[in-house]
Amino acid sequence: MRRLPRVRPELLGLAVIGGIVVLGVPTVTNQFITFEFAKVAIFAIALMGLNLLTGYSGQISLGNGAFMAVGGYTTAILVQRTGIPYWTTIPVAALVAGGFGFVIGIPALRLTGVYLALATFALALSVPPVLNHYDTFTGGHGGIVMPAVLPPFSLDLSQEQWLYYMDSGIALLLFVFAWGVVRSRTGRAFMAIRDSETAATASGISLAYYKTLAFGLSAAYAGVAGSLLAIATSYLNPDTFGLSLSLALLVGVVIGGLGLDFGATDNSRDGSFVSRPTCWAIIWSTVVPACTSAPCPSPASRTSFTGRC
Amino acid sequence: MLAFIQQIVSGIATGGIYASLALGLVLIYRAMDVANFAQGEMATFSTFISYSLIEYAHFDFWSAFVVTILVSFGLGVAIERLLIRRFEGAPVLTLLIVTLGLFTIFNGVTGLIWGYVFKAYRGAFPSTPVQFGGLYLNTQDLGVFAVVLVMLLLLYLFFSRTKAGLAMRAASLYPDSSRLLGVRVGWMLALGWGLASTVGAVSGMLVAPIIFLDPNMMQAILLFAFAAAVLGGIESPLGAVIGGVAVGIVMALVGTYIPGGQDLRLAFGLVVIVVVLLVRPAGLFGRAAVKRV
Repeated sequence: MRRLPRVRPELLGLAVIGGIVVLGVPTVTNQFITFEFAKVAIFAIALMGLNLLTGYSGQISLGNGAFMAVGGYTTAILVQRTGIPYWTTIPVAALVAGGFGFVIGIPALRLTGVYLALATFALALSVPPVLNHYDTFTGGHGGIVMPAVLPPFSLDLSQEQWLYYMDSGIALLLFVFAWGVVRSRTGRAFMAIRDSETAATASGISLAYYKTLAFGLSAAYAGVAGSLLAIATSYLNPDTFGLSLSLALLVGVVIGGLGLDFGATDNSRDGSFVSRPTCWAIIWSTVVPACTSAPCPSPASRTSFTGRC
Repeated sequence: MLAFIQQIVSGIATGGIYASLALGLVLIYRAMDVANFAQGEMATFSTFISYSLIEYAHFDFWSAFVVTILVSFGLGVAIERLLIRRFEGAPVLTLLIVTLGLFTIFNGVTGLIWGYVFKAYRGAFPSTPVQFGGLYLNTQDLGVFAVVLVMLLLLYLFFSRTKAGLAMRAASLYPDSSRLLGVRVGWMLALGWGLASTVGAVSGMLVAPIIFLDPNMMQAILLFAFAAAVLGGIESPLGAVIGGVAVGIVMALVGTYIPGGQDLRLAFGLVVIVVVLLVRPAGLFGRAAVKRV
């Protein structure tokens, strides 16, 4: 009979400290940094999704930015056209993006390695022009503007703080879910496929089922991330989801722990599932835009920003 | 009908550009079984070097062309010797990520040095039409076509008539036996990277006068080059050339005859890649891969 893993006290301590830090961030930083940390949570979700696909089931994807685009546009179009509350669109975005990923996963079944990378690379490149083309639906280059998000229940929070808590909360929920998935039968099937497709098939694992499932799950995570990104910025246009986004996701997941552990069977055991991707998400979404974005934030905000980190 | 033929002719010319970039991809794929995602960005970098030579050092186009080719060759060799070499025998995923890293680095460095403002690039050929039996042909298209043909001929002669070419072919097919026979396999790989970087640079310098010069200019062309290489069978140089011309023609027709085709060309590139891989994974000229477990 399977025993539940024993919780080690030092891990529990770390979790408590981590929880305090996470809850406390918006109280000690300014609005700009709080907003950046909300984006950290969003990218952590996208990275978790990519890690499920590439890190656990061994299928490389350069196209997860495209799945984020599907999620983001689902939310933006629903909110703009029907006026339903923004939070109801998050699960819809997950479903639509997940379905899209599932469909993409079907041809991907027959592609491995370099070929899958090529096809998903082409997917990432061709999404922005397609979004631009169908501009009656997507707003084209002008993008879609959504109403700004206000904290619910007249909570005494600024907009940034509310976004931060909401996005971090959703990231935590999805982390727990992914944690469960990789420790379940499904997660073991993913890893078996990654380590040897032949051996996995011989053990009775259905490649078709689990590989498309991995694509669908990964795309659903990316869809939630895209949806939250649209909600956070209350604006999106096709350039948000260009090739550089997909590449940044891959870079994030590689630096977060995929590249170092890839092929090893125990990278789920050392608790690295989200911690390192999250660290990298922090670096990616705060430092990189501050250093490289063409229209830099004003010098004052930059110095205060680097001063704090 | 005339307009149709006109589109086909211009498709063949742009196809030549896709073909030369695809050839670079094939050279590296044959040597080490990896798609070099940095191929396009390396070509962009080289093209910017020639731009600087022309604009600031006042070279004429052809001397800048020759200098750029030499620099690109050196660059390709250096990348293989300093970086790629450390990953010899690494899993495909690792190599892919390394080339994607190169992609990001070259893209960023190009932007850092030359900026993101679109620049006009003065090419060798004027963009004037010449009449040819009722058809109006663009001098630029003809020039592009001639340069690509000369380059293919030189490459063919190199691989079939020189000792180094023979050694390179041997090293990519039978690395171990070649090593026993005294071929320096590592240097042959470096030579392959150098040549790939060179043909990429040529494609960049040919395409820059047609589209404007900017750090992202080769990304769409890289996609079409991938489509060309996959269509031709990713291991076959001849296939890459024919695939390039075919993709060029298809894209010219898509851009003209399908409403909104200009925006959807990239999506059509994706469709070509996926359909070829699903229907005939070995491409037109590749050998079907048989995997032993």
